[in-house]
Amino acid sequence: MTQQLKLRRGGAEGSFLRRLSADRPARAVYVALALLIVLGWLLFALDGGRFLSQENIVGIQQRSAALGIVAVGQTLVILAGSLDLSVAYLISLTSLVAAEIMAGADGGVPAAVAAVLAVSATVGLVNGLIVTRLRVHAFIATLGVALIIRGALDERYDGPAGSVPESFQHLGYDRIGPIPVSALLWAAVAASAWLLLSRTRLGYRIYAVGGDAEVARLSGVRTERVVIAAHVLCSVCAGIAGLLLASRLGAGAPTVGTDGGYDLESIAAVVLGGTALAGGRGGVAGTVGGVLLLAVLDSIFNQLEVNSFAKDVVRGVVLVAALAIYARRRRTT
Amino acid sequence: MRRALPIFVVLAGLLVAIAIANPYFLEPPAFLAFVKRAAPLVILAAGQYFVIVSGEFDLSVGSLITAEVVIAARLIDGSAAATWPVLALLIVLGLLTGLVNGTVTTLLRVPSFITTLGMLLILSGAIFLWTGGAPRGALSPQFRELGRGSLGPVPWSVLILAAVAAAAICAMRAGFGHTLIAAGDNDRAAALSGVRVARVRTVAFMISGLSAAVAAILLGGFAGVSAQVGQGLEFQAITAVVLGGVALGGGRGSVVAAMAGAFTLEALFTLLNLYGISGAVEPAVQGVIIIAAVALGAVSLPRRRAAAAS
Amino acid sequence: MRSYSRRLLASAALAVLTLSAAACTSDKPGPSASAAPAGSTGSEDKGTGAQSKFFVQADYDAQMAMRRAQPTGSPDKPWEQSIDPQFVDTAKYKKAGPYHLCFSNAAVNNPWRQVGWKTMQAEVALHKEITKFTALDAEGKDDKQISDIAELTGKGCDALIVSPNTTATLTPAVSGACPKVPVIVFDRGVQTDCPVTFIKPIGGYAFGAAAAEFLIDKVPPGGKILALRILPGVDVLETRWSAAKVAFDKSDLKVVGVEFTDGDAAKTKSVVSDYIQRYGKIDGVWMDAGATAVAAVEAFEDAGQPVPPINGEDQQDFLKKWSDAKLTAVAPTYPTYQWRTPVIAALKILKGEQVPKVWNLPQPTITQENLATYLKPGMPPLHYALCGCENLPGYPQKWGGTS
Repeated sequence: MTQQLKLRRGGAEGSFLRRLSADRPARAVYVALALLIVLGWLLFALDGGRFLSQENIVGIQQRSAALGIVAVGQTLVILAGSLDLSVAYLISLTSLVAAEIMAGADGGVPAAVAAVLAVSATVGLVNGLIVTRLRVHAFIATLGVALIIRGALDERYDGPAGSVPESFQHLGYDRIGPIPVSALLWAAVAASAWLLLSRTRLGYRIYAVGGDAEVARLSGVRTERVVIAAHVLCSVCAGIAGLLLASRLGAGAPTVGTDGGYDLESIAAVVLGGTALAGGRGGVAGTVGGVLLLAVLDSIFNQLEVNSFAKDVVRGVVLVAALAIYARRRRTT
Repeated sequence: MRRALPIFVVLAGLLVAIAIANPYFLEPPAFLAFVKRAAPLVILAAGQYFVIVSGEFDLSVGSLITAEVVIAARLIDGSAAATWPVLALLIVLGLLTGLVNGTVTTLLRVPSFITTLGMLLILSGAIFLWTGGAPRGALSPQFRELGRGSLGPVPWSVLILAAVAAAAICAMRAGFGHTLIAAGDNDRAAALSGVRVARVRTVAFMISGLSAAVAAILLGGFAGVSAQVGQGLEFQAITAVVLGGVALGGGRGSVVAAMAGAFTLEALFTLLNLYGISGAVEPAVQGVIIIAAVALGAVSLPRRRAAAAS
Repeated sequence: MRSYSRRLLASAALAVLTLSAAACTSDKPGPSASAAPAGSTGSEDKGTGAQSKFFVQADYDAQMAMRRAQPTGSPDKPWEQSIDPQFVDTAKYKKAGPYHLCFSNAAVNNPWRQVGWKTMQAEVALHKEITKFTALDAEGKDDKQISDIAELTGKGCDALIVSPNTTATLTPAVSGACPKVPVIVFDRGVQTDCPVTFIKPIGGYAFGAAAAEFLIDKVPPGGKILALRILPGVDVLETRWSAAKVAFDKSDLKVVGVEFTDGDAAKTKSVVSDYIQRYGKIDGVWMDAGATAVAAVEAFEDAGQPVPPINGEDQQDFLKKWSDAKLTAVAPTYPTYQWRTPVIAALKILKGEQVPKVWNLPQPTITQENLATYLKPGMPPLHYALCGCENLPGYPQKWGGTS
């Protein structure tokens, strides 16, 4: 029964090497980003502000760091042909785990970081196991896990809890010149993911499994392990984002993840960056570009004081238009 | 139908459990009240089923419902005369939204997850841009009647639900249903055998939009104007369809089972409420149940399509 | 077949695991715990559950005292009144106009904030000396609001108004802004006294107590009360319920249920219908916010029962229903006119005039006697009557009404 190949993924026969360099849509998103920056610079100038002011540049980075980190993780699962809708609740959970274990004491930081990584890796493992072993579609599996985490959050917390020591807040507030520490953390996460995808066997297998799980399996890849690994890494990224948000907020908050809309927004950023939702094509560079694109857009909205409803309309149009353009390019090339 | 059987067993079990906790439940008025409450979600699930079985998603239905109710309130503004034209307009808007979703997905080849996510953002933004942030106007008593009133002992929503169910079953038994399932199962093969895949998928999206319009009319009628009437309904509808054993990715499952899935979800909420299991545990129980249901469903039939299956 | 049973086993094990994981967190009685079913409760238990951890006795006592206190200033302009003001000197902030005011707004995602935001904009337009007003909307995201505040402090604002999205989590950001610019906080507070002034109506305890006392007064002893709450964990809502709990615990009434409605009208109507079905009759309904009060009233109408005493809020749909259906009702308020005050306070501070350290605004309650003055035909159903906006330019069209 498993011999039947999916005809829909016709392009999957190409060599794995070629797919490794399949991060080309990233170029498009950076072109769009450059255009948007020019547009932003012009609009700011007309509006009497300075786009390239330090506050604005720092603001763009601060606003995008947490989403950026989650989106890097989301890129990995999407490349592997899966999806993670549980990240938003996981971020809330890990922010609370971090803040409660730290309890305002410097000594608690290592334990808190370790606990957050352990909790998030466990959630990722559960996600991965449900998707692979129980063969539940990732959409339902991670939605279900999200609901379970939400139940635990609702039961245990009725508002912000715990507290983060001053020393840990440096992560959220300090900066080196125009570059906040949080952005450096994001860059480090993105660079690790890029190295993982382009230089390691696991990365190569993630592309293979996402491109065509059947072909990958027939060529000897243990597809289940790859998908589980991608889910664990994605959840760990969400955990790191939770740590960052805890340091920003000075406490853990049961709604910080959902208020931020990190689940759907991270997926939007990933596909804006040119990664195919079906998996196997794309990469981290595009995602970073996608997140920056959304952040610059936000910054322009902020300067022009566009109301939040108009923002949603523009975001929706940008998302669909970008994907339509990618689809067109993919067909014509 | 064999695949759909488990959901009916689960539904029957839940109904029995409710009846044990509340013997009054099986008497006609209480049972009709339950069906009336479930009607919007069941109709929405029926619409979502068409999209899912054709291999796509529709995440826009929740914000479409909110948009429809807000539009109805502003245009009707309490006037009886405006009720029927506005009802017609709502239906047209639902179909139109589905048409746009379908066209963008099939012709522009944008994944439907993203198309409808974009539509969700656009609709929820545009509607409040138009009304200045909060709903305006009021629904007329005539409009409210459909969701609130009844014909003799039977609520209008139950009658509408019955009509929708009959229409959905007919559509799936007809040629359209077969081509839709073929397109969802394997669009390339379906296209080679002469199915106009883009067209049937677009029609599926239009049916989903239509079902959202009907659900909006019932929900607005039931509870009045609200800025968050449709919130989260897209995920509930998808959950219901999946509970009914319909495979995400398309090609398998029956519309009756999808509607039974919606009833099951509603029965589950009722049961949890009856046993005093409050808001906090509810999502956790719901999460476990949908994972378990799909996991058990996944083992009862061989899967041909799974991104990560071995 | 082997793999079938293995998978079955795995899924069952997982379900058990996750269920027990969810269950093991449940030994702590949260405020969300709903009332135990009737019959199993003793006569001492009022069915109100454990007290909220948000409850602070001193704040409660202070608010109860303020309800009886006489505010200073003209009653025609309640947004300029204050109760028990402790003035602080603002001479060090004095500077010549024109002024650039900045505002970090938590969100505009509900009708209350919409009405307030429009009122604030109209207030700004009244003052010619404000030549620039920069407002950033955090869209309900703590993290965005933190960045917004940081960005605004770099924009050369003369004063910064903050409506925090969450109390605890916005504190560091506000603390960071205080040394650079005079900060005015309103609606929710922050856990630092660095802002020049904190503006709020009396508060949630006063709201919850006013509604509960009305029910205790109107419902016969032993009557069954249903308490409807939007969601747990929101400070301003927790205080409302905790004050009502204090009142109910002292009364002869029986709270048969405390339910969360998510502020959803359909869910509210379903919950109330369920309770009517289960208990036959409900003698009073307490609500922590008025947005779904009309849905609760309709549940009684649809069940063919008289509507028991109920509280709502100052939204037009409820006031209209109250008037049309001749309800026994009361509407405590959390006035939207508080959105005018921060602008007035900012100008006072920049002119070096004294302002109260904590600016307690009066918080009227709408009763049968004054209902007519607050009922405003032509305004949208979700408009809040206590906007204090009737004399502002652009009323009523700007607030979505017709004259």
